[in-house]
Amino acid sequence: MPLVTEPTRAVQVLSAPLVIEYPFKRTTGPVVGAFLTGLRERILLGTRASDGRVIVPPAESDPVTGDDLTELVEVGPGGEVTTWAWVHHPHPKHPLDRPFAWALVRLDGADTAMLHVVDAGTVDAMRTGMRVEPRWRDEREGAIGDLACFTPEQG
Amino acid sequence: MVDVVLPESLRGVEPVRSVRIPARLEYRYTPGAASSRFLRGIAEKRILGERCSVCQKVYVPPRGACPTDGVPTAEQVELAHAGTVVSFCVVNVAFYGQEMEIPYVTANIRLDGSDLPIMHLIQECPADEVRIGMRVEAVWVDDADLGPTLESIRWFRPTGEPDADVDIPGEGVGTGLGSWVGGTAPGEGP
Repeated sequence: MPLVTEPTRAVQVLSAPLVIEYPFKRTTGPVVGAFLTGLRERILLGTRASDGRVIVPPAESDPVTGDDLTELVEVGPGGEVTTWAWVHHPHPKHPLDRPFAWALVRLDGADTAMLHVVDAGTVDAMRTGMRVEPRWRDEREGAIGDLACFTPEQG
Repeated sequence: MVDVVLPESLRGVEPVRSVRIPARLEYRYTPGAASSRFLRGIAEKRILGERCSVCQKVYVPPRGACPTDGVPTAEQVELAHAGTVVSFCVVNVAFYGQEMEIPYVTANIRLDGSDLPIMHLIQECPADEVRIGMRVEAVWVDDADLGPTLESIRWFRPTGEPDADVDIPGEGVGTGLGSWVGGTAPGEGP
């Protein structure tokens, strides 16, 4: 076939949606698996470290010695907000469809704080040090979303 | 796997062992002027490359400039629908979203008149008969289904012509892929 050549010409540039999806399935290992099992059963867990501290969410290795951590202990269900940031305009992939706070919550009995969501209604209801409690999803599957959010503790 | 000690409340319940965490990225792809020219050509059942005025190489799909000489590729070249397999991979592993039946072959095909291979599928021949140098031709979708997408070419199939010679990049130069053929990786020789 003879080659046909011509000068390049201006052209209207194309544009199209492109969706890339990775259907990851991860094995959890025994420690994270226990944490997720706990969420399904509405129980919050941490691991006890060599210095006695309780780490939530549970760490698999001791942060000081590097040894495996194997003792899972129940914490919460209530806790305290140690810091937070208010989201005025949630986007479609956020866990709530109304304004909420990202917050670090130190559960009762834990020595570290866990990142989650506080559904406080308005920013005025938020303060560092406030008490919160979990709100569980009705249908739970062993995933972080089983814990829908935290809410201000009722008197 | 380490044994963990669970609190009383969780003993005897079925443990969670895995979790699904799909990642989904939603883009709007804008291919730019050169690739738009190429894709609009594909919609007309034409394969259009672009030639560098300095090194004379023909790039397909074109990116609008020569990466070696840094000049715009101002000359458009219509290419044959046949070419030569310069590299290939037999896919034997099933994965999510796979549209082809395994085993199938993905190949780098250098179209006659071009200097850069495109990647596409090889069908209409057993996977274990595909080889470097094999002559193949494009099989297009029905005209009514043509569009500005490489999927307008369904796949490539053998033409039955005698195999063509293929230069392995770096062969005879002592660098690149060619130097691996003798069994020694670049930089590992004496």
